[in-house]
Amino acid sequence: MADDNKPITRKDFIHELLRYRRGSVSRRHFLGVTGLGLATAVLGNAMPGLRPRKAWAAGELGDTLNFTTWPNYFDQANLDQFTKDTGVNINVTVFGSNEEMLAKLQAGGTGWDVFVPTNYTISTYKSLNLIEPLDLSRIPNFIEADHDPRFIGEAKIDGAIYAVPKDWGTTGYVVNTAKVKGEMTTWKEFWDRTRGDLSGLVMVHDYQLTTIGNALKYFGYSFNSIDPKELADAEKLLIECKPHLFAINSDYQPAIRAGDAVMSVAWTGDATQLQRDMPEIAYVLGREGGEIWTDFYAIPKGAPNPAAAYAFIDFMLDPAVNAREVQAHGYPSTDKRTNALVPKEMLENPILYPAQELLSALEFGAAATLTDPLRAEIMARFKSA
Amino acid sequence: MAAAAVERGGKGVTALLVGPAATFFLLLLVLPLAVVVLYSFGERAPAGGYAPAFTFENYLNLASRGQAFLNTLMMAPVGTLLCAVVAYPMAYYLAVKASPRWRTLLLVLIIVPFWTSQLLRIYAWLLILGSKGVPAYLEMIGIEGVRLVNTRFAVLVGMVYGYLPLMIFPIYVSLERLDKRLLEASADLGANPARTFWQVTLPVSLPGVATGSLLVFILLMGEFIIPALLGGGKVFFIGNALVDLFLQSRNWPFGAAVAVSMVLVMLASIVAYMRFVLSRGGMRQQPLV
Repeated sequence: MADDNKPITRKDFIHELLRYRRGSVSRRHFLGVTGLGLATAVLGNAMPGLRPRKAWAAGELGDTLNFTTWPNYFDQANLDQFTKDTGVNINVTVFGSNEEMLAKLQAGGTGWDVFVPTNYTISTYKSLNLIEPLDLSRIPNFIEADHDPRFIGEAKIDGAIYAVPKDWGTTGYVVNTAKVKGEMTTWKEFWDRTRGDLSGLVMVHDYQLTTIGNALKYFGYSFNSIDPKELADAEKLLIECKPHLFAINSDYQPAIRAGDAVMSVAWTGDATQLQRDMPEIAYVLGREGGEIWTDFYAIPKGAPNPAAAYAFIDFMLDPAVNAREVQAHGYPSTDKRTNALVPKEMLENPILYPAQELLSALEFGAAATLTDPLRAEIMARFKSA
Repeated sequence: MAAAAVERGGKGVTALLVGPAATFFLLLLVLPLAVVVLYSFGERAPAGGYAPAFTFENYLNLASRGQAFLNTLMMAPVGTLLCAVVAYPMAYYLAVKASPRWRTLLLVLIIVPFWTSQLLRIYAWLLILGSKGVPAYLEMIGIEGVRLVNTRFAVLVGMVYGYLPLMIFPIYVSLERLDKRLLEASADLGANPARTFWQVTLPVSLPGVATGSLLVFILLMGEFIIPALLGGGKVFFIGNALVDLFLQSRNWPFGAAVAVSMVLVMLASIVAYMRFVLSRGGMRQQPLV
């Protein structure tokens, strides 16, 4: 705490800047702009010893895979391992909302090979004909029976599986307890203190589902409500709170780490990652409820490199790889075999595995919220207010 | 007869020369713009996107983005003005004061930061203006509680920093061409340096300022990355409203209507600006002629 407000050091400055590389700046983009990409490519070609060790025949999987996911959501070492094994370079792009992913896919021509949709969006992707059933014979590491059906149900439509689970989690909020006094347990407190003593220090997601959903919880409405009257209440609350927010952004780790924000709507893994470096960070699930979710790996229709996409998904679902993922990003896996390899203290961490009474109040996002025009417009109005 | 042939030939050559550019503009500007106008009268499809219809509803709904229009129309001119105020002395130094030996190096130094991606440079500003950056230093000298990031100030800093070279170079070019004999004549006629600057140097360099301002202003009107990152989603431009409508709400028709309105607002402000510049320029130059 003593050196909390000291100016950032040169080393930390670069470290924090590099953090954006993993979060908000795509790896390839970063390597490109810094010239490091070219340097490694030249080095790699000049020294045969550094060429990828190929488990697959040369060129069998092509040379690039476009992977679209969320901020702070993978272990770079795993991606590097895949590149080493297959010679396939991975371009990572991160998004802040499912709506944005859907918009890109609807517009077409994304060039994505693998993307990470959340449970409630899959039925819409299917009905818009943007995804196809997966060929499970190419993903032997996915064993349906090893996953809790509660988490993977929405990926199965008419008996066909359209996506395989990456991990699950909850949406609550992180609080910097060194700077926020008093116990926080509800969404009511979250919003009241945002426009009260924490004015200017709070962040919400740039994401209609969680931002509107948790504003709805203030009034005790369903997280998934599309009722115009209830949504009007939520909008009023959001617009009242807006001048008191620090920012509207789904990539909130940098601001929490820098101390610019002391509270933010947050997902499980970000809370785990933040707490790892800042023990004063607490993760709160509002007593009123909120969201529980599963994220999946899926392959968009017309993906340029489906062979690499299947190989990548299967690689990531390998229990040993997946357990490393869980330890890096801090989201719990739905896979029994993976959990057997995850350290005990993680399986007992209440951030990953909240108490049953908190869990039972949570709702899975509903498909209707993704396409509801009113929710979309309220989010847009809130941002432009 | 011969004259007619020449004329025909001339037309052919003209068509040949103008053809590529015209095709380019037709296919990549006029046609897409026509699609945008068409879409702006449509409806949002149930799952988002565009559904054909004929309605003015999108235009009637524009008021709901009033704040975004207002923010853009206030911040873009202010940003342009600040850019000009900061750029002018730099350009003046480069063109008039700097020794020719250093000039090229200095010009290159202005460009060098722009070899790094804009995104990364804005992230750097995020850290510089964040609470462990400038505010932490201010705290050391006793000024506490300063918050810079996610304010209009931060957005302005980002905009001025981001577009400065676009202002420096046109001004530099116009000052570099300044005929030094005019300055001598002014001095011979008894004007002091300040008066010479106001009555000779500045008017002669105004076309450079006008060009730079136009370049910067047009880009600032369409800006969305800087307000999104340094404004934290709180300082909202029309560009941000557009990104939201297309990439989040997936309300293409309303997005199209906002885009059409933005183009119209931009055209109107540029015409107004050009008139202003031309009328002033005309007045100032009359006595010289």
